[in-house]
Amino acid sequence: MNIYQEELLDHYENPSNYGTLPNPDISHEEDNPLCGDRIRIDLIVEDDIITEVRFSGHGCTISQAAASMLTEEIDGKSLTEVKKLTRDDILDMVGIPLGPVRLKCALLALKVLKAGAYGIKGWPGEEDK
Amino acid sequence: MPTPYFRPLDVESIRKDFPIFATTPPLAFLDNAASTQTPRPVVEAMDSYYDTYRSNIHRGIYRISEEATEQYERARDKVAQLINAPRSRQIVFTRNTTESINLVAYSWGSANIQEGDEIVLTVMEHHSNLVPWQLLAQRTGAVLRFMEITDEGLLDFTQLQDLLTEKTKLVAIGHVSNVLGTINPIQSIITAAHAVGAKVVVDAAQSVPHFQVDVQQLDCDFLAFSGHKMCGPTGIGVLYGKVELLEEMPPFLGGGSMIRSVERDISSYAELPAKFEAGTPSIAEAIGLGHTVDYITQANLAALQVHEQELLKYAHHRLQDIEGITLYGPSSPHQKAGVISFNLEGIHPHDVAGVLDTHGIAVRAGHHCAQPLMKWLDVIATVRASFYLYNTIEEVDRLYEGLCRTQKLLTRRRK
Ligand SMILES: Cc1ncc(COP(=O)(O)O)c(C=O)c1O
Repeated sequence: MNIYQEELLDHYENPSNYGTLPNPDISHEEDNPLCGDRIRIDLIVEDDIITEVRFSGHGCTISQAAASMLTEEIDGKSLTEVKKLTRDDILDMVGIPLGPVRLKCALLALKVLKAGAYGIKGWPGEEDK
Repeated sequence: MPTPYFRPLDVESIRKDFPIFATTPPLAFLDNAASTQTPRPVVEAMDSYYDTYRSNIHRGIYRISEEATEQYERARDKVAQLINAPRSRQIVFTRNTTESINLVAYSWGSANIQEGDEIVLTVMEHHSNLVPWQLLAQRTGAVLRFMEITDEGLLDFTQLQDLLTEKTKLVAIGHVSNVLGTINPIQSIITAAHAVGAKVVVDAAQSVPHFQVDVQQLDCDFLAFSGHKMCGPTGIGVLYGKVELLEEMPPFLGGGSMIRSVERDISSYAELPAKFEAGTPSIAEAIGLGHTVDYITQANLAALQVHEQELLKYAHHRLQDIEGITLYGPSSPHQKAGVISFNLEGIHPHDVAGVLDTHGIAVRAGHHCAQPLMKWLDVIATVRASFYLYNTIEEVDRLYEGLCRTQKLLTRRRK
């Protein structure tokens, strides 16, 4: 299947929750040095619930669209739920098969989210590979 | 001197040797600087080893082992001829360019490099001709110095005099840049290096596959290349070295095959090249490489070079018309081998390669194992198309059209 699907391109062109928050409870940024994709995620968290989320950064369509999809997914969810997200959840959201290089692009946002929210290092979902 | 006559490449018949091109539409494989396709005669030569004389070399006292040994050594002879090495024992089989360079860095480097010695490189080196020297410098306290490049992507020769001093013990230089395609005038660098008593390692990974390289004419001390970038199999590479250097050098890896006799505490080592070929080597791949040499010399390296120049010139001509494209490296194709690196404004290189892939065009996007050069170019990555003997003008057209479609698809609203 072609990875350049309309849905993905829509997220790339008109990303949800794009921007930064002035006083975030959690803010974290990382890049993927291999391809230069960079993503920052800002969160406002009230009683364990994510009430506001923004992402910013730059990179390829996959990394940016996946970030947009992820922010839609976690808006209003509890941090406990967010902690359970795995690479397979991201793959489900993206909805297309990805090769190993592009997989890292797709997972960057989740990596940033987990590192920011929990200080979990390493590629997300590596433990359940 | 009159130009020697040679028949132009018969690309159509060459393509028939590569089953991977038999699909419709055919795969446009433009990532040859990374690795090339392998023609049937080479695969068949390896099949024949597996099917009819599969055995280890240099030890069996039986017919098929003798046959394997003979074929393995014949491959060495062919490689020696290809680069005009005076003797076959100056050809050491390794896994790839990277291992060849590491062999020099560990074996020659550890015996000859001391604290304060200088190793001269260029900023356009592939990581495999950089990291081994960094490691050597860390082990010994030697210092790395770098030749810069001009805006055109050519080596800056104004620096050479300052760089080469009596402290310089080694110059390690790529013959052809795998990113910019620049053909470096290594002959004059080798002469200048020798004048200050330094040895020269040539990373020929991108030159030996594409044009005639003569180690005696160059007078380089070491030269390294890989089989898989010249239509050969993976897992086989070559190190050429001057006899007196190779003979003086301590072994790199220890084990079987590289010894003459072994006592409990000490061993004596085999003659060249066995001294550097510890353990069972890549036998099928070496035999395959021998047939690869036959294949590209039969096609004719001079004709191959002319063909690649044509593709490159045409690619330059077409691609430079695309709005928002930046081409990296020398603007004149004459100073280049068949590599063209570029970026499309506002589109990530991964996306360019990703969209081209959906049109059956394989190009590389990334840092091409040359991060210092990416930094110098001030980019994170580039897209790279690279040619070999089976590529065609139509494939360059497909690349051009693919790039236009990529722009249409991805240059919409967002920066
Ligand atoms: C200029 C250059 N040097 C070295 C290498 C390393 O070759 P290999 O990966 O076969 O060791 C490459 C190719 O990747 C190259 O292009």
